[in-house]
Amino acid sequence: MSVSVRASDTALVDFVYREARLIDEKRLDAWYELFTEDGRYWMPLTRGQPDGETHTSLFYEDRLLLKVRIERLRSPNAFSQQPPSFCQHVLQQPTVEQADADANRYVLRTPFMYAESQLDRQLILAGVSWHHLVLIDGALRIRLKKIDLLNCDAALPSIQLFL
Amino acid sequence: MGRYRHNAQAIRALVRPDSVHRDLYLDPELFELEMERLWRHTWIYVGHDSQVPEPGDYYTAQVGREPVIMLRGTDGTVRVLANRCAHKGTKLIGAVTGRCAAGALRCPYHGWTYRLDGTLRTVPLKSGYEGTGFESSEAARGLQPFACENYRGFVFVRLGADGPGFEDYFGESLSSIDNMVERSPAGRLEVAGGVLRYLHDCNWKMFVENLNDAMHPMVAHESSAGTAKRVWEEGGSVSPAPMVIEQFVPFVNGYDFFEKMGVKVYDNGHSYTGVNFSIHSKYASVGDYERRMTETYGEERAQRILGEARHNTVYFPSLTIKGAIQAIRVARPLAVDRTLIESWTFRLVGAPDELLGRTTTYTRLINAPTSVVGHDDLHCYRSIQEGLASGGNDWVNLNRNYSSAESAGVTGNYGATNEIPMRGQYRAWARYMTLGTQEG
Repeated sequence: MSVSVRASDTALVDFVYREARLIDEKRLDAWYELFTEDGRYWMPLTRGQPDGETHTSLFYEDRLLLKVRIERLRSPNAFSQQPPSFCQHVLQQPTVEQADADANRYVLRTPFMYAESQLDRQLILAGVSWHHLVLIDGALRIRLKKIDLLNCDAALPSIQLFL
Repeated sequence: MGRYRHNAQAIRALVRPDSVHRDLYLDPELFELEMERLWRHTWIYVGHDSQVPEPGDYYTAQVGREPVIMLRGTDGTVRVLANRCAHKGTKLIGAVTGRCAAGALRCPYHGWTYRLDGTLRTVPLKSGYEGTGFESSEAARGLQPFACENYRGFVFVRLGADGPGFEDYFGESLSSIDNMVERSPAGRLEVAGGVLRYLHDCNWKMFVENLNDAMHPMVAHESSAGTAKRVWEEGGSVSPAPMVIEQFVPFVNGYDFFEKMGVKVYDNGHSYTGVNFSIHSKYASVGDYERRMTETYGEERAQRILGEARHNTVYFPSLTIKGAIQAIRVARPLAVDRTLIESWTFRLVGAPDELLGRTTTYTRLINAPTSVVGHDDLHCYRSIQEGLASGGNDWVNLNRNYSSAESAGVTGNYGATNEIPMRGQYRAWARYMTLGTQEG
């Protein structure tokens, strides 16, 4: 009979902070590796949207699509990134909403502000991120990062990096 | 005092057979005139009747400068009314969608109510109007319904009294809507999957021109579609290709592919690319969709409907549709350098849900404010907006495959890299920008 290893609240919260920092510092290969093989990065288009299959989302990326985005940012032909964009997350203290070691299921809720700048333009967004994490070989990984954007239904300009 | 309002000659001089003046994209006076003339003399897309399925259901939108209500009446007819109380001008409805309570529109300010056909029903303390001449006022006429056409669910409005009739204006280009509707085994479309609203800081015409510009995908979309192709190949080209790869990769097909897909051009600025085939032609079949189509239409007709895989159809100036993927884009100009692009998606009634999934995936990948394809398109439009501000060359060149024979008309079939769809759009632009004006 195996004894479940439980991720500590500190480790969970630290993970969320580190994940945002990897994006802000553009360490996107390391960020990509945080996702499980079946991991998803999801930003719904409407409040309470049940799924990303038969309803349009702003992001509904599997690992393949995340890889395409990350590789594209390095392309000399990514014209919309000339000049490049930068981003900054400001996170409220994440709260552990679920921690079920037996089911290997951890859910955190993190209100955030996000700024994305490109030379003289700056976009400010706010919302709540939900991290659905699992422990694999002792390391936390992301099965789902869901971002509930406060103004998901607004007319939006280009959002080019990752929230 | 503007240069163009009282000078139709000056407006016509902005459009040459093979080029257009940069003022079309930059001049605020021309933008105002577009809203007053082009956007009032022509047929503008408002919404789809499936957005207002029951009597009293409404959808509000902005058409040019006009806030409008698309409303289903008690008789089942869909009308388009001004969203402006006849009393003092308050917008009667603030929400985007909903249902009128008690079968009437009620102004939130002084409580005037209107029937669903727009006629005035009640005014509080009506005795205050007795003997005032109110009956002959504009207000007593209620909300004037605009000229409106519900074409197989697609609701268009012509705001102005002058302008061509609906069939005359669109003519045979309506075959693209026919094909989109017939792709439903039930012959019916329903709006589904939400609406993407993408703010473009550029003139609306950059967007509309681009829809049938077959010379840009392999350049502008190399970084997105080309990267997708490479990532998939480096991963071993796993077969069958995931749907997102199937959708991305054709964007970086070569010039030969885009030339040979063909473009059909109609009068009044309308056109569609993908006469012979398109980037949508090789999508894998989904579930038992084809069997359901055959049940409805018979083998031969079903194959003919599905064999049409038109790329983009432009219903100048406001609507562009992709029947083969059941997605449409609507241009809502906000200012000379600001445009809202709405992307709507549709369920083919009677088709498997996976098809709606394909549609929502496509529109997310290509049309969203988060789309890597959209990012590069918008970057180019914005660059034009900024680049055209430079002096020295006033003209935007549209010479590709130009022929002087076009002076007799642009209607016909062409190789799709021809810039004739744009030349056709600007002929129509000049026509409706000067319709009924006095020479000054």
